[in-house]
Amino acid sequence: MAETHILQDLQHQAAIASKVYVQRDYNSGTICKFQTKFPSELESRVDKQQFEETMQTLNNLYAEAEKIGGKSYLEGCLACMTAYTIFLCMETHYEKVLKKIARFIKEQNEKIYAPLGLLLTDPIERGPRVVEITIFEDRSIGFGR
Amino acid sequence: MNNCEYQQIDPQALSTPIPTPTLPQPTVVVEKEKREKARKKWEVFPGKNRFYCDGRIIVAGQSGVLPLTIGLILVTTGLFFVFDCPFLVKHLTVFIPAIGGVLFVFVVISLLQTSFTDPGILPRATPDEAADIERQIDSSGSSSYRPPPRTKEVMINQQVVKLKYCFTCKMFRPPRTSHCSLCDNCVERFDHHCPWVGNCVGKRNYRFFYTFIVSLSFLTAFIFGCVATHLALRAQGGRGLMFALQESPASAVELVICFFSVWSILGLSGFHTYLVASNLTTNEDIKGSWSGKSGAEDTVNPYSYNTIITNCCSVLCGPMPPSLIDRRGFVPVEASSQTSATEMELPMLPVKKETNVVGGPALSQLPPHAFQCAQGTKDLLGSASRSPCPTTGKPQPVAAADPAVTFNPALISDPAAMPSLTCGGRHHSHTTSPPDEPRHHHHHHNRHHRTRSRRGRGSKRPALHISNPAYNASLSPPSSPGPRPSHTGARDPRRDSIVALH
Repeated sequence: MAETHILQDLQHQAAIASKVYVQRDYNSGTICKFQTKFPSELESRVDKQQFEETMQTLNNLYAEAEKIGGKSYLEGCLACMTAYTIFLCMETHYEKVLKKIARFIKEQNEKIYAPLGLLLTDPIERGPRVVEITIFEDRSIGFGR
Repeated sequence: MNNCEYQQIDPQALSTPIPTPTLPQPTVVVEKEKREKARKKWEVFPGKNRFYCDGRIIVAGQSGVLPLTIGLILVTTGLFFVFDCPFLVKHLTVFIPAIGGVLFVFVVISLLQTSFTDPGILPRATPDEAADIERQIDSSGSSSYRPPPRTKEVMINQQVVKLKYCFTCKMFRPPRTSHCSLCDNCVERFDHHCPWVGNCVGKRNYRFFYTFIVSLSFLTAFIFGCVATHLALRAQGGRGLMFALQESPASAVELVICFFSVWSILGLSGFHTYLVASNLTTNEDIKGSWSGKSGAEDTVNPYSYNTIITNCCSVLCGPMPPSLIDRRGFVPVEASSQTSATEMELPMLPVKKETNVVGGPALSQLPPHAFQCAQGTKDLLGSASRSPCPTTGKPQPVAAADPAVTFNPALISDPAAMPSLTCGGRHHSHTTSPPDEPRHHHHHHNRHHRTRSRRGRGSKRPALHISNPAYNASLSPPSSPGPRPSHTGARDPRRDSIVALH
């Protein structure tokens, strides 16, 4: 809960200085993949290695969601045979991985980015077209009033 | 469904659920407003779709001939079960109505799913995102004039693919995405807009559509065969066809309907089977994107897996992404500088939300509507792109005029190449997208009209303009699309009644 208080205080004490957008990387086709290039605006805020690691893990998670393999075929065939009514009761593999991604983003925010005055937005909120990184002004008031 | 999992960390939601009235914190007032006035995202959806059952069901703006499709299927199958099945069960086998029943169920379920599922609509870019993209374009291109169609080239599987900029949605369209002018949305893996199902066919509902046309072709062929058998059996013994028809006139109706539909539906199924096997969309096939018709040299489809089985499996049995527009989620309180300006005013307010700070009614109701201003009006996004700061002032008539010019060519497909199929035919009506120029003449009036018809408590939008000084600085008559007021007027009573049910 302490971490959530940090975020809460961050939102109310700091004003948004700017937002950085990491666009999608379409070189491998239409699968969801984000560019791992380190944006210049974040140079002063976060370690390049750390950021690239976050993006790479995110890309791997999306690749897992969209993976075409035995399991997804099975799911697809079963759905087809039940006239897709099974989607009403069952959560698809994609949705399960999306939940995992949401948890990952939240954890990354709480542990790494919020203390640095940054906030990652879950890409699913934006399309997923971009990873929106909100940079907060460095008020240096300190957390936890 | 699982909306809460996808929401970003919302500081208001993280704060204590029961606000203490003694502490005049901004969070208290904002959260109270949010709970009492929170709107679901489908209510502020900018496209032309209509929503039912509190956002669970989505249909295109125009239902096309969907009632006709449903009517034809029900009537034909009904007549079949009532008039032909008893005879056939007696003379042949009881499996005939059983098979017919199974096929009928498949057809109806897949039709309803095709019509009511989100085809893969991409949410429009937020003002900040749009501004960021504009900045990137301006910095890389000439700054003296706005260059004509903005494109970005990417390399997919050693193939150069051009990504076009969508002026309505304010973003570069991902590959295989196209903007449907009938629904006014960008749809992923856009196939075509099918009037028979009254919806776009895109990434998320293509498999339903394919199941529908395949099962419908089986059903039509089955009914045709059974009716022909029925009439043949009746006409046996030298009694003649006319006698058989007189005995069972309903069979004649079914015969005619099935005869004419079986050819077109079988043809359509065959065409789509070809598309599935080569991992193409109708849009790409008609435009000839990958067959070298557009004059380029060796272009191959970069999305194909080069084996028929893999292509079929990936298209029909691939992972099913969820709806990206999150219809039933709540519109979040936008924590951008426009609302931080209003939030800073809030500490001056007592907790009671009716107090006016600057003369507009219910300032406390601003934040959700500030967000709606940002998200709900697509023309405001054009203005926001002009300034780095995410205020929603300054619309640009020029920006709105451009889409009419640069947009339509993307949608115009080669008429000569049009297949003689019903669904393909509708594709060309995209070119008659509503012209953007008349919108400018209806700016102010339409905006307020839309406000009134959308919410029925319409004084907030003008209040927004009056109350927030940040807006006044850059405010000029905003534009909003001409067709919209009539459309939202039409959908409002339905939505209100549906919402009232919940």
